[in-house]
Parts: sequence; C-alpha cells; structure tokens
Amino acid sequence: MMEYGFFIDPSRCIGCQACVNACSECETHRGHSLIHVDFIDRESTIATVPMVCMHCDDPTCAKVCPADAIKKTPDGVVQSSLKPRCIACSNCVLACPFGIPKVMIELEQMMKCDMCYDRTSADKRPMCATVCPSQALAYVPLDVIERERREKPTNVFHFGNQRVQTKVFMMVPPDTSAITLDVVDYMWEPGA
Amino acid sequence: MKRLEDEFAIETATEQYVTRRQFAKFLVLTSLGMFVGNLWILVKSWFRRPIAYPEQVVAGVGEIGVGEVKLFAYPEPADACIMIRTAPDQVVAYSQKCTHLSCAVYFEKKADRLECPCHEGYFSVADGSVMQGPPPRALPRIILRREGDQVIATGVRL
Repeated sequence: MMEYGFFIDPSRCIGCQACVNACSECETHRGHSLIHVDFIDRESTIATVPMVCMHCDDPTCAKVCPADAIKKTPDGVVQSSLKPRCIACSNCVLACPFGIPKVMIELEQMMKCDMCYDRTSADKRPMCATVCPSQALAYVPLDVIERERREKPTNVFHFGNQRVQTKVFMMVPPDTSAITLDVVDYMWEPGA
Repeated sequence: MKRLEDEFAIETATEQYVTRRQFAKFLVLTSLGMFVGNLWILVKSWFRRPIAYPEQVVAGVGEIGVGEVKLFAYPEPADACIMIRTAPDQVVAYSQKCTHLSCAVYFEKKADRLECPCHEGYFSVADGSVMQGPPPRALPRIILRREGDQVIATGVRL
C-alpha cells in the first residue's frame, strides 16, 4: 500500500466550515475544534484557507516548550501537549510559524491538531479530510494526488532564515518547489 | 545544549527513562552519603569541648517576690531569659525563647506554667519540659547559684 499523505490546497477551500465541525467530533479532542479556517484578506476577498497542523520534522512548538510537554511520535505526528506537563504558557502559540496551537484557557492546556491520531494510526482518514466537499483537505496516496491534481505538493517552507520541512503537504503552482515567506514583506502597506 | 536535547527529547522514540537499576543506584549512594554524614556528626560530637559560660549576677536574693518574674539576658545580650521565684527559697530561670518558633514565653501565674502565646505551647515551671503544644524540646534551663545575697547565672543546660 502506498503511504497516505495529507494535502492542503487553499485554492480549493470554499469556506464551508465542514472541517471545523467534523474536527470537534474527533475522539481524541471531542468537543474542541482544532482546525483553523482563516480569511486570507477579509477586506478584499472571501477566499479562505484551512490550516491543520503541518507536523514539522523539527517542530518549533516542541523546541520552545519549557515544560517538555509536546512530543512527536515515531510516525512523524506532533501530538497535543501532555496534560500533566502543559503549563499553558503559550510559548508554542507564539513560536509556531503556521499559527496552529491553541491554548484552551479553561483546560489550562495547549491543544493542537494531532491528525486525528486515533484514526490515522488505524489507517483511517482524519475527520476533516473525510468531510471536505472540495477536497481542499485531502488524505490520499501521493501518487493519486500527483495524477489527479494540476498543482504540485511541497513540504518545504522558508520563514526568513528558518527552513521548515513538514509531514503535511501544501499544494503549490507546478513551477514552485518551496514556499518562501518573509514576514517583513507583509508589513508593507499600500499607500504607506 | 546536546545534553539538554538528549534529556528532553522531542521524539518519543528517543526519550530516555530512568531505569530501575539507575534509580536503585541513586538510592543506595544517597543513603550511603547520609550514613557517612551522620558518622561525621557523631565523631565530631565526641570531640566537642564543653562551652564555657560566663558568671553573671542576675538579681538580688530578695529582689522579686514569690510568684513574680524578672527578665534578663544570658549568656549574650540577645539571649532573653526569664527568672521566676517559685517559693520563698527557690528561683528557677529558663531561656525565654520557645523551642518551637522562638516566640517569647511568659509566666502564667494562675496556671503555674510558662506559656507561649504564638501556638499555645506550655512548659512546666518545675523543669521547663513541654506540657502541651508544638514545641519539640524543653526550654533551655539557666543554672543558678546563690552567693551571699546575689543570684548568679553560671551556665545553660540545653
């Protein structure tokens, strides 16, 4: 069996919030939706992008955790914080380049997308990917995505000088090999 | 930095756990250390020389009436003491510091005992022993000697 991959295609997202509701039904974090569906530029477009945890090879959230509460399992999934250890300090929230972790104040714990660990570890698709009507979130074998999509999957990101390689793929235009972002670019305002 | 990453591994596969043997070694070595430390304290106490206390006049013989107290400092100016005349021909003196948390004890005449107001620790007037409350030890007793018409402190019995 070809190994399954998780693919995010922002250009396919229709902002229906189905993934948000499906997420909260996942057994590992029942009642808490850990997915983000964000408007890219609310003022000028209705375009949305769903963000699940990218599951970095070298997770920044775990590196900044002062309580040693964020762990990565051998299959490459970065888990939610360990309840007995997490001190809800929000270091991971600030450090994550993708803005994934959520601090649940009422639980005094950080929770994040764990790729529906109870499901994916048993060869089932994550809740969000099962309900996404446009397959902006797709959990399929790599050869299927390469055959069926025009866009190309990449899992290499550059945030300034930081190079991040992830388990989850982002669909990008075919002539792009990596996503490069510089925070300073986004501080420029038209007319300023 | 390398060691920090080893001890607090991000990946569950490389996490290190303390083995039973490692923990047992730690326990044995720690208790061995405690034992050696206790031996050292014992040996030191064998060779300790008794402390030389100064003699100090604390009161005249008829200075206080029966059931009255006099406060004084002995052997150092900071060591508050309390002297009680329990009978016409008998006086006793103790350190005024409660052995629990060093509050000043006072003589409660009605109950005929020394009381510490902080946590209701009571001491016997006869020998300074603990009658009730949290104090772990008896009050240190000031050894007194009568010389002519003076009462002289000559030492402290802990």
